[in-house]
Amino acid sequence: MKMAASSERSPPPFPDAEDQESEPALRDEDSDEGADIFLGTNPLEAMADSTFSASDVLSDLPNDLLGEPPSAVFGDPLSNISKQESTSNPAKQSSKLPSDVPCDIFDPLHGTGMEPKDDGKNASLIDIVINPVTSAKDNLPVDDLLSQPEIDIPAKTKTEQPAELRSEERPKDEPLSVASSKPKKDLFEDSPEDLFSELPKTKAKTKPQMDLFGDSSPDLFMDAKAAADTGPGRNAPADLFSEESVATTTSKSAKSNISANSIVTANSKANGVHSDEEEQDIFAEATVELSLDSPHNNRKTLDTTKPSEPASSLSAAAGSSKAQAKTLEELEEEESEDKFELNISITNPEKVGDGMNAYMAYKVSTQTTLPMFRSKTFTVRRRFSDFLGLYEKLSEKHSQNGYIVPPPPEKSLLGMTKVKVGKDDPSSGEFVERRRASLERYLQRVVCHPSLLQDPDVREFLEREELPRAVNTQALSGAGFLKMINKATDAVSKMTIKMNESDVWFEEKLQEVESEDQQLRKLHAVVDSLVSHRKELSVNTAVFAKSVAMLGSSEDNTALSRALSQLAELEDKIEQLHQEQAGNDFFVFTELLADYIRLLGAVRGSFDQRMKSWQRWQDAQTTLQKKREAEAKLLWANKPDKLQQAKDEIAEWEGKVTQYEREFERVSATVRKEVIRFEKEKARDFKKQIIKYLESLLQSQQQLIKYWEAFLPEAKAIA
Amino acid sequence: MIIFVCVVFQLRSVSVDLNNDVSLLIDIPDALCERDKVKFTVHTKTTLSVFQKPEFSVPRQHEDFIWLHDTLVETEEYAGLIIPPAPPKPDFESPREKMHKLGEGEATMTKEEYTKMKQELEAEYLAVFKKTVQVHEVFLQRLSSHPVLSKDRNFQIFLEYDQDLSVRRKNAKEMFGGFFKNMVKSADEVLISGVKEVDDFFEQEKTFLLDYSTKIKDSTTKAERMTRAHKNVADDYIHVAAILNSISAEENTALKNFTFLQKVEGRVASDQELKLTELLRYYTRDIQAAKDLLYRRARALADYENSNKALDKARLKSKDVAQAEDNQRQCMQKFEKLSESGKKELTSFKGRRVVAFRKNLVEMAELEIKHAKNSVSLLQGCIETLKNC
Repeated sequence: MKMAASSERSPPPFPDAEDQESEPALRDEDSDEGADIFLGTNPLEAMADSTFSASDVLSDLPNDLLGEPPSAVFGDPLSNISKQESTSNPAKQSSKLPSDVPCDIFDPLHGTGMEPKDDGKNASLIDIVINPVTSAKDNLPVDDLLSQPEIDIPAKTKTEQPAELRSEERPKDEPLSVASSKPKKDLFEDSPEDLFSELPKTKAKTKPQMDLFGDSSPDLFMDAKAAADTGPGRNAPADLFSEESVATTTSKSAKSNISANSIVTANSKANGVHSDEEEQDIFAEATVELSLDSPHNNRKTLDTTKPSEPASSLSAAAGSSKAQAKTLEELEEEESEDKFELNISITNPEKVGDGMNAYMAYKVSTQTTLPMFRSKTFTVRRRFSDFLGLYEKLSEKHSQNGYIVPPPPEKSLLGMTKVKVGKDDPSSGEFVERRRASLERYLQRVVCHPSLLQDPDVREFLEREELPRAVNTQALSGAGFLKMINKATDAVSKMTIKMNESDVWFEEKLQEVESEDQQLRKLHAVVDSLVSHRKELSVNTAVFAKSVAMLGSSEDNTALSRALSQLAELEDKIEQLHQEQAGNDFFVFTELLADYIRLLGAVRGSFDQRMKSWQRWQDAQTTLQKKREAEAKLLWANKPDKLQQAKDEIAEWEGKVTQYEREFERVSATVRKEVIRFEKEKARDFKKQIIKYLESLLQSQQQLIKYWEAFLPEAKAIA
Repeated sequence: MIIFVCVVFQLRSVSVDLNNDVSLLIDIPDALCERDKVKFTVHTKTTLSVFQKPEFSVPRQHEDFIWLHDTLVETEEYAGLIIPPAPPKPDFESPREKMHKLGEGEATMTKEEYTKMKQELEAEYLAVFKKTVQVHEVFLQRLSSHPVLSKDRNFQIFLEYDQDLSVRRKNAKEMFGGFFKNMVKSADEVLISGVKEVDDFFEQEKTFLLDYSTKIKDSTTKAERMTRAHKNVADDYIHVAAILNSISAEENTALKNFTFLQKVEGRVASDQELKLTELLRYYTRDIQAAKDLLYRRARALADYENSNKALDKARLKSKDVAQAEDNQRQCMQKFEKLSESGKKELTSFKGRRVVAFRKNLVEMAELEIKHAKNSVSLLQGCIETLKNC
């Protein structure tokens, strides 16, 4: 919930970020193109990030990023699309821009330091990145802008890093600052109203931008993501940065640099920040600090730094810090937007065939704007075992790397047999609906996962007309039996492997996951009994209603008899209500819990994978040790003929050790990232579902009020 | 294991509507529960000169009530009256047993959950207690508002005698005797059902009551089952809320409301229990009393006819004619008296029943609406907080 809360809270932080103008706007819009927007807006961020992370390592990168990649990649689209983005880009464009309002907005950011407060109020120069756009779209009153700008400024100063960065970044930023200085003036000259009036335009512009990005950058984006996933970025923040930056603007080379940097920096900086909560707390604090400091800082910056350069550097620095702060939220939004890019629904369960060979086929319809698919909408028919097959394939490929592969719903021999045999048994209908819904959720989870989405098998599953029949998914087939044995041996080895955990994070997380698993199981059982009790209640209510109806019929006082039969009707309705509520309990709540119990299993699996890879590394080390001892013995025994062979072996094992170590590290990083991602998704899911559940409860209560209120006059009419 | 040492509390509300006769007001202001004995304080306020003081209180136990009821039933004069049904024996077994179970299961629950369950059980216990007191009160009030029964000497002693009544508990033989009597009675009922009814009113009443009593019995059990199911659902809410609470500290604020939800749901259940089920239960007993009246009347009718036959026989044989005539006249008188007062009683019973139903149904509907509104506002608040976090 907290996480969710932070995302909600995000608007304030956003304004703070100074560099990107278009981004915030997009978010506020909640438009589907949000993702695209990200791409468009991020260049600045990317820059900021790169500089930020690079502070230790990168002296060259910033230049590269700033100078070449943006201009090369973005130059055209940006200039065409929106000028706001140009701000991030080299001075060339900015110089052109000043005339246009958007540019102005943008520029103010850089110039913020120099400008008087008025500017901040007018255009929210500081906020420019975010606020102008947001304001434009939301048509927010000026007041908002005013209130925010100050806060934003402090952002720059708040963190130490930015300050450090300043000095380093200045040279790099200079071009920008120069560019910005001009626009500044323009800004000042323009009245706030102009800004606002212009804003609609910017909106309009942003759209084309999105399209551009959508068309041109998807590949980039994908690559970037992939790179980010597999890449060096171990820490969430680092990853985020790298993903965003890559995705958004920079060329691949820039990407690699960034990611490299991010790795370096990630370890140093991000360690403290791993867990979501911590991060968020930090952010929250940061924002608070910002707001407190803002007036002072604002003034200070204004007074002291008249030259445009420092200001720009500040803004850049601030942007970087902001970017870091934002990353979480961005990630969240990114994810949610991913969903919008790809909508999957499963409909029309249909029985195919007869007797025991019958199966249910489901219509899987996909709606997407992703260019990786051949068309925007397509449907295929899949059967349950296809889903299982997909899972097998995915887990084979990805789970060993530490990915959390969403598990499909379990096979249910009983349920399916009922469906096969039964005619129109309501319970079999319920079963099919339940399975349909859980398959849908399963598939949505798969495509929600950025790296699983890239898997050719997923694409094939969604797109290809005919899939080869999935094998090995039969519940009790030989393969299933083998799998069971494998699992058993795994469990044994798990117990025997004593891993001395080097990373506290993993230890804690694993414990967390395990206790959560237990809790969820308990909760599941309780909710289950709630469902059955409610069903019982509904049955009892129905029986009571009937009995009251009988009583009413034999009552000789007409009014009372009438009231009693009304009561019977009322109870009948209430029975319906209870039944519906029981259904809601089940579908909204129980299924959610069941899903997450399964998912937690997968999370544990990823932890196990990490342990396995650690084990492999340790084994290799022991072997290496043995080889070395053997060599020493040979040396001592003076057997030169075998010595060479031993040396070769040592070299070979040394290679293996480093390879395994690297692998272990890679898996660890992936697991960490995946767990963070999973937690975020979980929080969102739970929030959504619980709200939905409560709403269903609310509805039934309201219905109840209506029923009883209708009954009340009847009761009063008894005389 | 927790033992309810004692519970003292105040009472209100009556589930049966009674005449407002100010000359004799009876209530049970408090009661004390010690182990399985419940001591009721019976408080009387009166303007009647029969009593020595205008206001007095006496301690009474459940058995005293039963004694009073039994003496009333056995009094010949009251054969034509509907004797108010005796209050049922206080039953604290079920909450106590539950408490015991809870104590055993303490280890499997979180502390919070346990406390909640305990509170819930205590509330249930209190409710049972309250109900017990109430039925006893209602019994006395019915007696006091009855024109004939309120003059009963035993009743007055019951109210006034400030020492322990030390009613002799029924011994095993008597218990068996009572059981045997019941058997005879039901067999007799079957036998005399063959006797032709002379009065349409009673004929109708009889069929109606027979029909009604089976149906109301049915409804009562169904209602009981329903309220129990409701209670279960409410209990489940406790567990859900407790686990949700422990799952995530952050979700606390929003999900605490779940607990309230459970409370509301629990209250719905107990109110339903109180208003509807109690009503039905009471009338199950009351109808039984009315049926008893009918039985007594039918018995009298049968006696009357038998005496008629005996008289005919005696006349035929011209032997003991005077005695038979006397007997026949007595039987006739008795029957007529029974019929007359029975008619009156049954009519008033009908009126009383309708009024009571009305009152309870209205109250129940109002309570249901209140509770539903409560939970609506709760849920709305809950959703609001959730959405904002």
